[in-house]
Amino acid sequence: MAPILDIQNLYKNYGATEILKDINISIEPGDFLVLVGPSGCGKSTLLNCIAGLEEITGGTLSIGGNDMTHVSPKDRDIAMVFQSYALYPTMTVAKNITFGMKVRGVDQATQDAKLKEVAQLLQIEPLLNRRPSQLSGGQRQRVAMGRALVRDPKLFLFDEPLSNLDAKLRVEMRTEIKKLHQTLDASIVYVTHDQIEAMTLATKIVVLKGGVVQQIGTPAEIYNNPANLFVADFMGSPAMNLIPAQARKNGSGTQIAIARDGGELVLDDARDLSLPQDVILGLRPEDIAEAGFRAGDGVQEAECLVDMVEPAGADTYVVSELGGKQVTARLHAETRAQAGKKLNLAFDMSKVSYFAKETGERLN
Amino acid sequence: MTDLSMPQSQTEPRSQSAAGKIALRWLLYVLLGLFALYYLMPLFVMLTTSLKSLEEIRTGSLISLPREVSFDAWKTAWSGACTGIQCEGLRPYFWNSVLIAVPAVAISTLLGALNGYVVAQWRFKGANIIFSLMLFGCFIPFQVVLLPMARLLGMMGIAGTIPGLIFVHVIYGLGFTTLFFRNYYVTIPSELTKAARVDGAGFLRIFWSIFLPLSLPIIVVTVIWQFTQIWNDFLFGVSFSQAGTQPVTVALNNIVNSTTGVKEYNVDMAAAIIAGLPTLLVYVVAGKYFIRGLTAGSVKG
Amino acid sequence: MSEWLENHLPKVVLAPSFIAVLIFVYGFIGWTAWVSLTRSKLLPKYEIKGFIQYERLFDSPRWDTAINNLYIFGALFIVIAMVLGLLLAILLDQKIRVEGAIRTIYLYPMALSMIVTGTAWKWILNPGLGIESMVQGWGFTNFEFDWLVNPDYAIYTIVMAAIWQSSGFVMALFLAGLRSVDGEIIKAAQVDGIPTWRIYTAIIIPSMAPIFLSAFIVLAHLAIKSFDLVIALTGGGPGYATDLPATYMYAMAFSRGDIGQAASSAMIMMLVVFAIVVPYLYSELRAKND
Repeated sequence: MAPILDIQNLYKNYGATEILKDINISIEPGDFLVLVGPSGCGKSTLLNCIAGLEEITGGTLSIGGNDMTHVSPKDRDIAMVFQSYALYPTMTVAKNITFGMKVRGVDQATQDAKLKEVAQLLQIEPLLNRRPSQLSGGQRQRVAMGRALVRDPKLFLFDEPLSNLDAKLRVEMRTEIKKLHQTLDASIVYVTHDQIEAMTLATKIVVLKGGVVQQIGTPAEIYNNPANLFVADFMGSPAMNLIPAQARKNGSGTQIAIARDGGELVLDDARDLSLPQDVILGLRPEDIAEAGFRAGDGVQEAECLVDMVEPAGADTYVVSELGGKQVTARLHAETRAQAGKKLNLAFDMSKVSYFAKETGERLN
Repeated sequence: MTDLSMPQSQTEPRSQSAAGKIALRWLLYVLLGLFALYYLMPLFVMLTTSLKSLEEIRTGSLISLPREVSFDAWKTAWSGACTGIQCEGLRPYFWNSVLIAVPAVAISTLLGALNGYVVAQWRFKGANIIFSLMLFGCFIPFQVVLLPMARLLGMMGIAGTIPGLIFVHVIYGLGFTTLFFRNYYVTIPSELTKAARVDGAGFLRIFWSIFLPLSLPIIVVTVIWQFTQIWNDFLFGVSFSQAGTQPVTVALNNIVNSTTGVKEYNVDMAAAIIAGLPTLLVYVVAGKYFIRGLTAGSVKG
Repeated sequence: MSEWLENHLPKVVLAPSFIAVLIFVYGFIGWTAWVSLTRSKLLPKYEIKGFIQYERLFDSPRWDTAINNLYIFGALFIVIAMVLGLLLAILLDQKIRVEGAIRTIYLYPMALSMIVTGTAWKWILNPGLGIESMVQGWGFTNFEFDWLVNPDYAIYTIVMAAIWQSSGFVMALFLAGLRSVDGEIIKAAQVDGIPTWRIYTAIIIPSMAPIFLSAFIVLAHLAIKSFDLVIALTGGGPGYATDLPATYMYAMAFSRGDIGQAASSAMIMMLVVFAIVVPYLYSELRAKND
């Protein structure tokens, strides 16, 4: 199947500043692509470029197999949902949803039918005669989605649509967007700075930083095999532990030494890796458990001094200093760990990512 | 909001501070009242003088109420006072001002709305420079354009005509009307324009269907500002009009300074009130918008 | 074609206004500057002769008076209007019950034409029948108040009328400024037990520096452009005792038929305005763009 969106060698400059550098992204119909990155990384600019709201400086962009590089937004067969919802303040909900069809000269009967269909789908029928100012944040969000849905476009674009909602509503709407994606089998490009949103929604994630793509992959790939230190640190909460360490060849496996007070901590990684001496070891908090609660080939136990205990309901986080870093372990809720006391921790070495100290690139 | 009404009696004896506070409050209201009198006095004097007979003016006091209320001075001011050789009162000039102000306000407001919309929502390279240049134009002393404008109006054949004055007021009002609308439209998120563009609406459609319906408050502010400016204008009126096309301010000045016959102070005052009435009325009815225009026109750059 | 038009419509819409401003503001300033360097008299001449008009201008006793009057008028007008405006704003900021009504009264003169204001004050200050005769009528028969017709004092009557007209506006500016001060800072100061007057002098007023600047700019601008008020109140007289640069320029342009002098005096006015306004606007625009 032809990709629904194909971006090749896209560049975007504002004057002399390069905002986006050599972006190459391609998604299949039905994909839910999430562009994620810290603020200022260029993700919203990239979305505006896909929408045609910003001219691109170089490269090509096609939607549904047609070259759209210089086509104006209205002819790209897209629909867009904005962070501020961008509802037309003087129009009723119904008029907001049908405005696009009216501009395009769609006949009244079709307009009414489409409006009814979308209102039903989003359960906003009682709101149709209200104005945006009379709606709650969640209702506005629905209307904004309704406006996009009536278009029935090839590609949906979402620009941080949930970031103006409170935490509870955000989770609800997230589920709802996911459901919509599944029922409509729509192709979506979705921008967010929230990595949890990215993980839960996406079928494919693009991590951006400083206008450069850091990694493209499924949520699992991004989470388990981050391509560099930035991705490792950005995706996941609490963040992946990144610990400076020394690697040594040890038979067919690798021996890892981590500096700490009271003698270094030595762990064995059974995998046959060719690593330089200085590495950064990356291990997610859930891959460090209390001894006895984790078993498997790569698990290594070691006694560590607990600096801090943070109960978080379902889990308890324990912090210990290793290699000069505050290393977080995610323990079960009933742990007996106490600050200032020693505790046996189990490190799942089969899950470790290694990064080069200088470049930050992944090594294994 | 500065809220200075919180009790501060912890540090001082309570009764003393309470009494002092009441005295201070009284002093405050007395002061405010005195200042109110100061601002109202000239209007009061104008009004009472306009209702007095010349005889009473000569013998009575400036601030006394009229013994006998007479509207003769108002009649004369409206339709009989002399502005030089003609003696038709303010009436024809009042209508001149209306004929100048209404189209000039309408045109400059419409252009300002379109310009402000472009500058705020359709930024293109150089838009900011263009806006800055227009803005600086608001602040020039108009003396610097009087001479060439007089010549240009002459060349265009509209010197001394009402269309000529409309033209001048539109040109030199553009900076401010653009500024007003630009500052208003800048506060409207650009996502609204983007959403409409994705919906398929073009430049004019977005202006007409989305921005114009939102603009009522700023239209009111701009119309009031422009109307006040144009109605109260004297410099352009006196420089670019001729007998018969003069605006009301110029006619008022001529009545007051006409040297023929007896000086009729009551007529002068009635004429002054008539000339000031439209803007005063606007101020009383829509003071909030008037003040908003004043502060917006002077503070925001 | 329609695609091109749709893409360029914003520019097309802005263009006429921009061209108008280029011609009628900047072009005309250029024309006036050019003519101010010629020997133009009744009709403009375009042969540049250097700064001869400016030399004549600075040799002219009438211009000298006009500039001196501008100093006196400008300084008194700006200082008194600002002090009065600030005072009124602080008085009104004390949770006054009828604040709206009082504000309306203080500000209404701003809605009036300067010609109306001038006419009213001309009558009030009229030596024969105005304040002078009123106070004499109260029994003070030696009271004299003839500033309007006294060449040494007439300029102060213009100051009086101008302050009456504009001080309410300054009040409105300052009041808005007072209200925009962060309420939490004031609460913090109150909790610290700092007396009200100290809160004003040490916290609120210093934080209003930009408003002072704005008020100064507006008032200075008004002072330099003052024309109508002088015409209505004194007509520039007695003699030319109350001439200001604006009335001087007008007299040269339209009654004396001396275009060269009119142009050079207009240029001086513009330079003074620009010296005040340009740095201010520049900094405002830059602050906005950053």
